[in-house]
Amino acid sequence: MRIVVCVKHVPDLMADRRLGEDGRVARDGGDGTLNELDENAVEAALVLAEEHDAEVVALTMGPDDAEDAVRRALQMGADRAVHVLDDALAGTDVFGTARVLAAAVRRIAEDGPVDLVMTGMASLDALTSMLPAALAAELDLPQLTLAAGVDVADGAVRVRRDLDHATEVLRAPLPALVSVTDQANEPRYPAFAGIMAARKKPVDTVDLADLGIDPATVGTGGARTQVLSAAERPPRTDRVLITDEGDAGVRLAEYLVEHKLV
Amino acid sequence: MTTPAEADVLVLIDHADDGTLRPQVRELLTLGRAIGTVHGVWVTGAGATPPPAALEEVGGHGAPVVHVLDTGSVHPRLTPVVAEALAGLVGPATRAVLVSSSFENKEVAARLGVLTGAGTMVDVTAVEVGPDRLVVDKQVFAATWTSRCTVRTPLAVLGVKPHAVEAEATSADPAVAVTHEVEVSATARAVEVVERTERAPSDRPDLGAAQVVVVGGRGTEGDFSLLDELADVLGGAVGATRVATDEGWIDKDAQIGQTGVTVAPRLYIGAGVSGAVHHRGGMQASGTIVAINTDADAPIFEIADLGIVGDLREVVPRAIAELRRLRG
Repeated sequence: MRIVVCVKHVPDLMADRRLGEDGRVARDGGDGTLNELDENAVEAALVLAEEHDAEVVALTMGPDDAEDAVRRALQMGADRAVHVLDDALAGTDVFGTARVLAAAVRRIAEDGPVDLVMTGMASLDALTSMLPAALAAELDLPQLTLAAGVDVADGAVRVRRDLDHATEVLRAPLPALVSVTDQANEPRYPAFAGIMAARKKPVDTVDLADLGIDPATVGTGGARTQVLSAAERPPRTDRVLITDEGDAGVRLAEYLVEHKLV
Repeated sequence: MTTPAEADVLVLIDHADDGTLRPQVRELLTLGRAIGTVHGVWVTGAGATPPPAALEEVGGHGAPVVHVLDTGSVHPRLTPVVAEALAGLVGPATRAVLVSSSFENKEVAARLGVLTGAGTMVDVTAVEVGPDRLVVDKQVFAATWTSRCTVRTPLAVLGVKPHAVEAEATSADPAVAVTHEVEVSATARAVEVVERTERAPSDRPDLGAAQVVVVGGRGTEGDFSLLDELADVLGGAVGATRVATDEGWIDKDAQIGQTGVTVAPRLYIGAGVSGAVHHRGGMQASGTIVAINTDADAPIFEIADLGIVGDLREVVPRAIAELRRLRG
């Protein structure tokens, strides 16, 4: 069995995240990290791999420092990694990303069939959560998204998921695509031995030519939408901090009335 | 872009399993009228049809026709099934497909984008109909930024947040239901819904759309009764932090945060909420933020308009009493 887990390098949540002048996510902060929800995907892949003796391949697309994301996955226990790196990819939208990742998954499948493709439910930078569904569509795989729990048995995958209005259990035959939420597990912290072992694990760097993708169809030029402008929410002013001396409840009520919030 | 008279807009009609409309549908229909001629789309299975009350509401908000897409024995809630059904209705005159920006419908939007080649955006907060294209505002970075974008393709697929427009009724005529039987791909059919349990609707406003949200965290120690009471006084919804949902103090669907519900009400009141980064990601776009916490160093005070260092068990009952007194 072979599992491909897609990971993304994102600006650290605690850092000052911003959009650049071109309206794209500024990735020059230098304090990026593996998208936390992808850690849940890596963890889920590793648990399934331990149960089913599978190979786990970490896959990422992005500039040079995106290798940090696959390196983290390797430290956690993934066996090898593929990094799609090409200058023409800057500014690629979710549909271009899905096409590139699908081509990379098919390339990995040349070594032997891929049974599961796993992702986090969203990246914590753009957070559109469209990629898993778009990737499943590109790969023509059954999709089982937003999994809070995932099991594989008898050639089928089964997930439990909590939606806005309902709880569901879904089942589909392999191969399939699964996206996981942060409810799915507690990602392991890489042990020292894992960090050392990861240094020797192979990272295969491929470009668009290797994947047979025309550079003109990706990047900013291939995007179906265009950012015109971007603005940060203005900072809050007139903020008040009080300590309760028995009167804070009354002051809260007065504040709400004064600011016409009731 | 053609003039509205020549442009068709498809609006996905979200509904509970019993056929009750989700409230945001009225806003989507109202928004659709600014873009062109609105067609409701109701995806269903096994011969189920929209109830008369739903057809009245949809017609009343400007869609004379509801296309009932019957997927037969295939489960109509699966997002690839919904996307394929919708794609079958898209024609040369279709300018926009509007869906709510829920996690499920973002998947519908993504798949529809792949199937149709349409420019697709989710978390949309405003739509402007330009002379030749749509201009869309969307939230990024958990709503700490807003970006303005244009759709470069003739068809736009948009996932729209609550309150992008005010719902406005326009007609007294119910919509006419036109049923189409829909075939979906073998891949879409391959997913089986083994179990599905829909939660009963609450009397309180929907968390994601409520204008007032009262939130409890670890500091409640599991007792949400004061927060329920405050929410009722303010006509608001009750939400929670991940700690509170993980502890089982309240249902998982009440979790506010980057992986739960994102809220941006006029008024957010957090009681016993520390303001961890993942929680802030789901609420920091709120209009006014009030925080009550015994820990003066709680990070939520960094973004609170009114911060109260104190015990919620002291502060909240007095606030409730004073609000009742002020209102007479």
